[in-house]
Amino acid sequence: MCLAVPGKVLEIDGDTARVDFGGITREANVVLVPDVAVDSYVLVHAGFAIQVLNEAEAEETLSLFRELAEALDDETKRGTE
Amino acid sequence: MIGQEALSSEQTARALVERIESLVTEPVSLMEVCGTHTVAISRFGLRSMLPADLRLLSGPGCPVCVTPLIEIDRAIAVARTPGVIVTTFGDMMRVPGSESSLEAERAEGADVRILYSSLEALEIAESQPASEVVFMGVGFETTSPTIAASVVEAERAGITNFSVLPFFKTVPVALDMLAALPGRALDGFICPGHVSAIIGSDAYKPVARDRNMPCVVIGFEPLDILGGLVMLLEQIRAIRDRSGHARVENQYSRAVTPEGNTAAQALLADVFDECDAEWREIGTISESGYEFSERYRSFDTRQRLTVNVPPPVGPTGCICGEIMLGLKLPTDCPLFAGRCTPRDPVGPCMVSTEGSCAAFYKYDRGEV
Ligand code: SF4
Repeated sequence: MCLAVPGKVLEIDGDTARVDFGGITREANVVLVPDVAVDSYVLVHAGFAIQVLNEAEAEETLSLFRELAEALDDETKRGTE
Repeated sequence: MIGQEALSSEQTARALVERIESLVTEPVSLMEVCGTHTVAISRFGLRSMLPADLRLLSGPGCPVCVTPLIEIDRAIAVARTPGVIVTTFGDMMRVPGSESSLEAERAEGADVRILYSSLEALEIAESQPASEVVFMGVGFETTSPTIAASVVEAERAGITNFSVLPFFKTVPVALDMLAALPGRALDGFICPGHVSAIIGSDAYKPVARDRNMPCVVIGFEPLDILGGLVMLLEQIRAIRDRSGHARVENQYSRAVTPEGNTAAQALLADVFDECDAEWREIGTISESGYEFSERYRSFDTRQRLTVNVPPPVGPTGCICGEIMLGLKLPTDCPLFAGRCTPRDPVGPCMVSTEGSCAAFYKYDRGEV
């Protein structure tokens, strides 16, 4: 029930934005995210954008995961040498 | 951004599972307090990848499951009232009341409509001014701001034939209650990602501090969940070897800030007041729900429609309450998958797609 889906803001017109969810475009109300801007990513729940996603933080999480995967890769390689 | 493929890389998953294995040296029980996590954990088959000593329990995180039976009966009574259109999220349709459900009422001719957003209820109210449009206000802090925003919009637009049956619940107080249970069997909370997007990760600080309960806000991709489990297990190890205290950590920092969505919080404070709320099968938890504030009280359906709701009669043998308190797993219920299935559910946890019994039935049967 608390499912929210990330999408990219294409256009904002007053309280309504057009949001692209990987090819499917839907409208979302943006009254709950006053700082929203075109091209930003938002989490949409029940027809409302509830948060603007932070791209720098997203990158950070990803690079943490990449480091982990590489560390494991190194270990595996060392193990087979 | 947020490449889904990178968030589900198999290599990273293996690295995380290895870390988890090294951290689980004795039994650990963690509770996910969000139905969306329950479904994600089951759907991705995470239980089968994790050490047997790591138990993942479902908490009271499905808003439909914790709505008291009498409120389901009230919704049904409202749906039977002539001139009323009942609007709801789909999950509420099949929840059995004492002797009916919204779905059964619709089959009998009641006007019950499934909506994706409470805003659609306003459109219906505007286009059918002679009807009373009632929205089922079920949900946690992720959903309640969206309904609050619809109420504010109704007031602005002068729509007077729209109201809400308030069944709202709030999460942090419920976590505090669970953490304070005598003989508590929980070692940490997987805190809900999207509730936290609204309330902020700081909202769990009292539970972490006062109950020495590790709290990690976690996202919904497989690697988010595995990464968050590592954070929880590291905290638990530090507590067990007395080198650290429980604290709040935020794995889902791309969506959740310490302070949360302050615009949504301001709206909640304007439209609602906190109130004591009854959680189905759990009991009343003080200050764990929302009622309309004085200014918006006229939007409470109960102020406008009087319906007769006889004392509810619940199902026998259902152990949803113990499951939601983290004491049992769905497979511990004698009715699971026999008398009780998603097609013919006995308790609410088997109806809602996010109920723990439904998630177990769909994905985990035979694996536990
Ligand atoms: S399996 Fe059915 S009866 Fe048993 S606890 Fe779950 S919902 Fe209740």
